[in-house]
Amino acid sequence: MNNFAWLEPKSVAEASQALKQGGAALGGGIELLCLLKDSLVTPASVVNLKSVSGLNGITANDGVEIGALATLTQIAQHERIRGSYRALAQAAESVGSPQLRNVGTLGGNLCQRPRCWYFRDPEVHCLKKGGAKCFAVGGDNEYHAILGGGPCYIVHPSDLAPALIALNASVSTNNRAMPLEEFFRLPAQRMDSETVLEQGEIVTGVKVPAEMAGWKSYYYKARERESFDWALSSCAVALRTSGSSVQEARVVLGGVAPIPWRSKEAEAALRGKTLDESVAEAAGRAAVAMAEPMSENRYKVALTRNVVKIALLEALK
Amino acid sequence: MAQNAQWPDRQASRYLGKDIPRVDGPSKVTGAAKYTYDIVLPGMLYGVILRSPHAAAQVRSVDASAARAMPGVVAVLTDIGRTARFAGEEIAAVAAETEEIARDALKAIRVDYEVQPFVSNTLRGKDIPDRVGEPQVNSRGEDPDTLWALAAAVVEGEYYVPVREHLSLETHGVVVRWDAEDALTCWCSTQAVHGVAGELAAGLGVPRQNVKVICEVMGGGFGSKFSPGVEGLTAARLAKAAGRPVKLMLDRYEEQVASGNGPDAYMRCKAAATSDGQILAIKADLFGTGGYSRRWAVPFPYSTYTVPNVRAAMHGVQTNAGSQRSLRAPGHPQGCFLTETVVDELAVALKMDPLEFRLRNVRGGVWDQQLRLGAERIGWSRRASLPKSGRFRRGMGAACTTWGGGGRGGSVCEVRIGNDGSVWAGIGTQDLGTGTRTYVAAIVAEVLGLPIERVTADIGKSTLGNSGGSGGSVTTASVSPAVMMAALSARERLAQTAAAMLGVPAGEVRFADGNASAQGKSVSFAEVCAKLPSGGIEVTGQWNQALQRGGVGGVQFAEVEVDMWTGGIRVIKVVAVQDCGYYLNKLATESQVIGGVIQGIGMALLEDRKMDNGTGRQLNPNMETYKVPGSLEIPEIDVLLFDTHNQVTGIGEPPVIPTAAAIGNAVFDATGLRMRRLPMTPKRFFDAQEGRMV
Repeated sequence: MNNFAWLEPKSVAEASQALKQGGAALGGGIELLCLLKDSLVTPASVVNLKSVSGLNGITANDGVEIGALATLTQIAQHERIRGSYRALAQAAESVGSPQLRNVGTLGGNLCQRPRCWYFRDPEVHCLKKGGAKCFAVGGDNEYHAILGGGPCYIVHPSDLAPALIALNASVSTNNRAMPLEEFFRLPAQRMDSETVLEQGEIVTGVKVPAEMAGWKSYYYKARERESFDWALSSCAVALRTSGSSVQEARVVLGGVAPIPWRSKEAEAALRGKTLDESVAEAAGRAAVAMAEPMSENRYKVALTRNVVKIALLEALK
Repeated sequence: MAQNAQWPDRQASRYLGKDIPRVDGPSKVTGAAKYTYDIVLPGMLYGVILRSPHAAAQVRSVDASAARAMPGVVAVLTDIGRTARFAGEEIAAVAAETEEIARDALKAIRVDYEVQPFVSNTLRGKDIPDRVGEPQVNSRGEDPDTLWALAAAVVEGEYYVPVREHLSLETHGVVVRWDAEDALTCWCSTQAVHGVAGELAAGLGVPRQNVKVICEVMGGGFGSKFSPGVEGLTAARLAKAAGRPVKLMLDRYEEQVASGNGPDAYMRCKAAATSDGQILAIKADLFGTGGYSRRWAVPFPYSTYTVPNVRAAMHGVQTNAGSQRSLRAPGHPQGCFLTETVVDELAVALKMDPLEFRLRNVRGGVWDQQLRLGAERIGWSRRASLPKSGRFRRGMGAACTTWGGGGRGGSVCEVRIGNDGSVWAGIGTQDLGTGTRTYVAAIVAEVLGLPIERVTADIGKSTLGNSGGSGGSVTTASVSPAVMMAALSARERLAQTAAAMLGVPAGEVRFADGNASAQGKSVSFAEVCAKLPSGGIEVTGQWNQALQRGGVGGVQFAEVEVDMWTGGIRVIKVVAVQDCGYYLNKLATESQVIGGVIQGIGMALLEDRKMDNGTGRQLNPNMETYKVPGSLEIPEIDVLLFDTHNQVTGIGEPPVIPTAAAIGNAVFDATGLRMRRLPMTPKRFFDAQEGRMV
């Protein structure tokens, strides 16, 4: 870890200025500490966003607005979120361990870097770090992408992002707002980051629209270790139903693609159908129809098919 | 006295055989206990080691001039190693005023490596002839190839148990202070204070009696902490060069790549059983890696079963990965998993209840009794009615274990009693985490009839009486007899003084509740001590064979639930029937069994050291991706202490051995899917289901 200056900006504008001068943004600090310790980032300064007031609130009036510094525990325990936007509370509750959720923030969860073991090894100079190749290709790609990969095959680690995209959330930064779905970038679009954020740009919060409160939502996460793990495959669904008939569906996968992966194929397989086990199964199949597994992650195809099925069936309960 | 010595009847005892809370528990939970990591000495420097990033390389040159010139750098060693046989092998070292400066200095050292070809994994190396050692063949009876025609059932398969790590929470490391030109004190996180003292003396060329090793408490070893290691000797050399004490503790990456591991085991096997339910023959080729050395073997077939005809060839595979070290029951969990899976498959092929098949083939009566007991406890008769269709399916499985656990001679305990009534017991053993300090105090308290708080148990110093390393589950059966003999000898002396005070024969004096009593008369322990000859009592006790015994059996049963949609396996319950002899501390003994089962669950479901064939580096050298059970992975664990004799036996190792096998057999019972490769993750589940095996 290199030496760095510690900055405590009092406004988003001040923080933005510090980031433009080579600073790294600190929310909960969990991810930044990992990156610093492995020398994956060597910032001139660490910019403590917690010194900026007003970024840690959750407001539920017209929909729900969540500040970038709201903790995962705050989100998981928020009454309105639990009641009206269930998938989001479930996603927040599925992250890491209680200790991590108590300090981890919304902004950090959306902006965290991939967990790829080649990317995280300080001695491996992979594509994501400006190197010449993706080591997962021909390497140990057990945890890598089956959808949207190439030329780098990371998977996006966020649990909140699939749930928020399923709930049609928008994200705000200090200089723009956009649907969260448009916030993420595939490696083929951008290699040095997984988001559209430019230098000096800071996520300030997300907003889930009011009409989503009428949708049925669910987040299901398959993992190796229930106590504390990233998703092998996860699925957030939101359904607008009329009786048992699906009017509209949003299906977003986690842990299987370099970005939270919206499956229009699964959504199409649901539209107008009466959701039962065979329809859920068909939607699961549609979600992985385009999957291109690598040498060691073929299991994710069957797993993801079933994860979609489970999320859909649970959403109705 | 030596011949007649025996452990007190636990019905009548105050401490022994009862639940005894650890005497050092409060200091551990309050943070008052000082681990090696916590030691800070005046003028102390921080040592760090430069490790090869390459899996195989020769060092052409090391240029440390820039590092030496950095402010705060006090000593640099550039001759730690010249050959890297795995990524993480030690090359150079630095001692500096802070750990941060020392780590910056490492980055400033320029090493010119000549990089060489490497092989990272057994599964690749087993097919490269010059990486495979001469086979060691376990052979008895007829050649199985002549017997297959006689069999009623034949099973064949490929199996794999991966390399696992010790993952001690306190990493390896030392604090070294030179007290004179040829004398030093070393605080070391170790399971062998005397062993480390001997190795430091030999490695540094100083007299053995000038080396003092201290380990008051330690955060786990599991077989990996018998030696000072390269890090210990390096710290001593840095301290010498700097003329100041040096602390050198490994970080988590170093701990996982360079401080030992339990080897893997790949097997191709063909096995047969007769129509009357007897195992007929097993033929197998096994491959595994102990790292660069080609020395490797596992006990196969595991000795809990009678297998009359065997040909099992063990092949050690040389890989460019960290070396094996003893890991809680070295080789046994692997040998047990491989054997018990094959045994289960034979039972299924014969269409016989796996419990009945085990009862017909176990080698002795102890497993017979324990299998029946365990089956009743878990409710084996419910097995047929457990859900076997739909998304969530349930099943049960069993496996047997065996271990030594007897003591070793040579332990010496000293007991001192002052005229002020103070009682001290000292022995140069160490507490690996199993509760050694507690039973040293409890034995003396029991014999002298005192509250345990009145006894100071002093362990963890190489200056105390000899005792061996804490490995092989031998500690309790080695240490406790010596403590008992010292305590009995001290009581004999006390009885003489008390007898004179009470006017009774010494043989009639009884010590209980802080008093010495006979014939209805009583004096307090303190009053007796005040009348002792000046200087009080100083006695020693030697190991007594009659107080201990080795050879334990055990069985475990597991009940699991499998999510057929995700491959998620949840262990619902484990019943552990553990042979244990005379247990000194019931609480700590049950805790050992529970710990073994949890570690076995890790082996079954999570643990897998992953070496990258492309870069030659470990992919998961951290506790994020090398996974061990957390709170939600731990099921109900029902421990049955099976005490059939009145002698002390070690049980640190046996309870880790059969858990993974029992879980694997339960998964088959639930699903009809035989998972022959560990760990049983969702990947392995779908791979097995879709015919992708090893």
